[in-house]
Amino acid sequence: MNNQRSLFFNVDWFIILTYLALCIIGWFNIHAAVYDPENPSIIDLDTNYGKQLIFIVSAVIIGFVILLLDGKFFNAFSPVFYGVTLLLLVVVLIIGRNVGGNQAWIPIGNFRLQPSEFAKFATCLLLARYLSSSTVKVQEIKTQLVAAMIILIPTALILLQPDAGSALTFSSLILVLYREGLSGYFLVIEGLAILLFILTVLYNKYYVLLGLMAVVGLLVYLFRKNRKMITVFAIGFFFSILFVFSVDFAYNSILKPHQKNRIDVILGKVNDPRGVGYNLNQSKIAIGSGGMWGKGYLQGTQTKYNFVPEQSTDFIFCTVGEEWGFAGCSVVIGLYLFLLLRIVVIAERQRSAFSRIYGYGVASILFFHFFINIGMTIGLIPVIGIPLPFLSYGGSSLWSFTILLFILLKLDSNRMGII
Amino acid sequence: MNSFFARKFVVQGIFIVIAIILLARLFYIQVITDEYILSAENNVIRRLPVYPARGVILDRKEKILVQNEPVYDLMVIPREVKPFDTLEFCKLIGIDKARFDRQFKKAKSYSPYKASIFEKQLSVQIYASFQERLSDFSGFFVQNRTVRRYPDSLGAHFLGYIGEVNQKVIANSNGFYNQGDYHGITGVEKSYEELLRGQRGVQNLMVDALNRPKGHYADGKYDTVAVAGEHMISSLDKELQGLGERLMKNKIGSIVAIEPATGEILSFVSSPGYDPNLMVGRQRGNNYMALLNDKYKPMFVRPIQAEYPPGSIFKVVNALVAQQFGVINDKTLFFCPGGYRYGRRGWMGCTHVHGATNLRRSIQGSCNTYYGYTYARMIDQAGMRPVNAYKRWRNAVSAFGIGSQLGIDLPGERRGLLPTDELYTKRFKSDKWGSSYTISLSIGQGELGITPLQMANVMAIVANRGFFYKPHLIKAIGDKKVVKDEFTIKNDAGIDPKYFEAVIQGMSDVVNQGGGTGYYSKITNIEMCGKTGTVQNPHGKDHSVFVAFAPRVNPKIAIAVVVENAGFGSTWSAPIASLMVEKYLTDSISRPKYYIDRLLEANLLPGATVKPKAPKKAGSDTVNTQGEINKPIALTTR
Repeated sequence: MNNQRSLFFNVDWFIILTYLALCIIGWFNIHAAVYDPENPSIIDLDTNYGKQLIFIVSAVIIGFVILLLDGKFFNAFSPVFYGVTLLLLVVVLIIGRNVGGNQAWIPIGNFRLQPSEFAKFATCLLLARYLSSSTVKVQEIKTQLVAAMIILIPTALILLQPDAGSALTFSSLILVLYREGLSGYFLVIEGLAILLFILTVLYNKYYVLLGLMAVVGLLVYLFRKNRKMITVFAIGFFFSILFVFSVDFAYNSILKPHQKNRIDVILGKVNDPRGVGYNLNQSKIAIGSGGMWGKGYLQGTQTKYNFVPEQSTDFIFCTVGEEWGFAGCSVVIGLYLFLLLRIVVIAERQRSAFSRIYGYGVASILFFHFFINIGMTIGLIPVIGIPLPFLSYGGSSLWSFTILLFILLKLDSNRMGII
Repeated sequence: MNSFFARKFVVQGIFIVIAIILLARLFYIQVITDEYILSAENNVIRRLPVYPARGVILDRKEKILVQNEPVYDLMVIPREVKPFDTLEFCKLIGIDKARFDRQFKKAKSYSPYKASIFEKQLSVQIYASFQERLSDFSGFFVQNRTVRRYPDSLGAHFLGYIGEVNQKVIANSNGFYNQGDYHGITGVEKSYEELLRGQRGVQNLMVDALNRPKGHYADGKYDTVAVAGEHMISSLDKELQGLGERLMKNKIGSIVAIEPATGEILSFVSSPGYDPNLMVGRQRGNNYMALLNDKYKPMFVRPIQAEYPPGSIFKVVNALVAQQFGVINDKTLFFCPGGYRYGRRGWMGCTHVHGATNLRRSIQGSCNTYYGYTYARMIDQAGMRPVNAYKRWRNAVSAFGIGSQLGIDLPGERRGLLPTDELYTKRFKSDKWGSSYTISLSIGQGELGITPLQMANVMAIVANRGFFYKPHLIKAIGDKKVVKDEFTIKNDAGIDPKYFEAVIQGMSDVVNQGGGTGYYSKITNIEMCGKTGTVQNPHGKDHSVFVAFAPRVNPKIAIAVVVENAGFGSTWSAPIASLMVEKYLTDSISRPKYYIDRLLEANLLPGATVKPKAPKKAGSDTVNTQGEINKPIALTTR
């Protein structure tokens, strides 16, 4: 058995240091975001940065407690976590508080709990437990369906809030399935689907279909000796047509106007910096005005004077961009990339499939948040309200990302033990 | 399960590619394009103008004529307004509910989160009571501004007024003026606008997303301070001006008084006038329209815009020009049988049968016959064709500043009228015309138009014995008391000084000798030299004109008074001028009260029901026996 000493020797300090670095960067930027030049003060527990300090300290404590727990506990109790989370997701729909159009919070005293944040690690744990059992093979349809169920139940409940951003997070778990043997076609299909989606929204659907026909025709000509490929192209062509029409229908008839607007703005279909594009435009201005080296700590004017909405939560990256410039952004992105690659390395060195699959789950979810959040602040992706892990203000998200990460660290520290 | 181990590279590859895409995009918006840096500055920096105090205008003794008074524009930011007691609010600032709703809607449609003017120019009193309650009305605040204040309500036409700039002015100002700025529209305010307005400063304020100021950009490094406008020392004598305006009350006309030695205008009265304070404040628009629609046209600047045939006062000019041409001298005698015969059947009546008349007596008695002969000699017996002789005469007259702008520092000065020979050649369809065709010019009638300013200037020339300085209203600018160069140039009237004495003697007789047309206006102990005139008015009663200077030796004041529809020059204009002169020279008035009251109380407006009193005793005699009557003169045609 491991003693206390070996426990900390086996912990991956690279991850811990990266984690702490991101939390501290986050805290300074939250301070800058809410900093009022007329009333400067560094510690005030009533402010966002004051509260965030409490969140960080408590998150570190939570992480420490997780490291003290038995590693097998997570595998064994994963169905319980999952069940409790689903229950909370139902409860929040009934008694939750509605903030900003989403019924996502359960008020507990002064704080508000956001169950959708905790659904992330609970889903990862159960998915890892299911896929790691020796009897399942990802290639089998039955396995795929069960895995999809595990992912889609919390997704559906979150969509009911309706919090599309958090719900979308779960789509990232396709990376986990891919690593465990899901056909690469799924990734290709997902990529193609996104491409077709954008083209359909941007251009007349009939032009898209014409273009599609030309491409398929060219491919069929190139592979004319290969009957199998021709069949694949034909099926692909058929589904593509179906997809284009359904996207067109969904875009024009199902999406709510504000969702449509966000997509339109990001795709450059409308140019309206004062209206629907306000967030995005101000966010780009804030980051863009940072230049190479930034304006300096607490010197940002755009974030300081509230031009950017949600600047300490979803748009915290604006403060980084404005005050620390391209240099600071590169450091933050570098830290995330290092963290993600390191998690993959850790996942791959696990002897237990459970730990490995869970590790990929952690990487996928962090990656999704990282990509979507930063992508939206710089106008690569429609504005989707999800936090930037460890940097954004907020207790629930910081705690849930901490739990997500530290469970992996715990599993990793046990990798030498009995499977 | 590790059969898919290689897929870790695909996953890691995706991570790396995405990170590179993000960095590339960041590099583009942060380092390559500067579009966002500019947008950021637009976002946060508001350039607020700092208004300088407009220059103060003083009188010649440096007493204040115009000063600045703080007023308070009530501003509103609609978005920050919280519910409040509108009724009380309206009562405090003195508006009704309908106006409140209208103004609020206007502000809202301008911008919900930017400040706009809710109510302009609250007075200090309203501001004081409103300020106490300001905290109850969130979203409202008060901005200081200054408006003009005229403590003695004097000199409206001379000072002019300021008003908001219009689109055209903004467009032509090279960015100096903005919507809502004030500028001089008439008078000194306009002609010295560029000095009076001062230099505007700029504050670069940083504002937040709600447009709330958050301090100075770069700690005020790029801010500039406002430089107050230059103060102006005008040539006006405040007390003299006040007396002039009181004397001209209920009369239509002008008084212009000039200091001959400098060309400084001592008094500039245009009547009917108005209280310049009417052109300031919240009622300005209504007041302006009322003034504009007034049938006596108070906005008309009569001293420089009203043109009259000068009448008999023009004899002074002809007497001087004729001497200079050598056609008469102070001993030349003409016989006056009570009129002047010209052409085949022409007859220009005279007031009296003057008999044998010399130059001095011709001025004193205003003998038409004398000037008929004199004019005929200048035109017909000049040893050249009469047309060319007329040209020469015209040039000599225009050297007195007649028929062209004198260049006073006020906008809107009229040239007057001094007809050219072409005008007559065209009218008579031939250039073979002589003095008989234009004989009314000899006595200042006919096609002549002279402004009161030009009349006073002629007097300044006579007082100076031959030269004048450009009449002007601003004698010194700013602390350094700068005098404009153009006002220090001596203008020669082209008359030898020796020719003045006989004329001046005649003018002295007008006032100081029994039987002179201005004897009623004689001032004890001051030898005023003057000339009365009566201007024929085809539309109604004749205009009363009097020009003078005093004292005879070393003159200090030259004056012209025109009272429209008042009849003889001796009845109204001369007494008014004499009071002005006495006041200016002795700072007191020795005349009895009834004399002054008669002038002050007279209502000579056309259509006035109260008939003015005739001058008593000596005065009435003077009128009856010495008043001059210029019968209508028709130019005979062959």
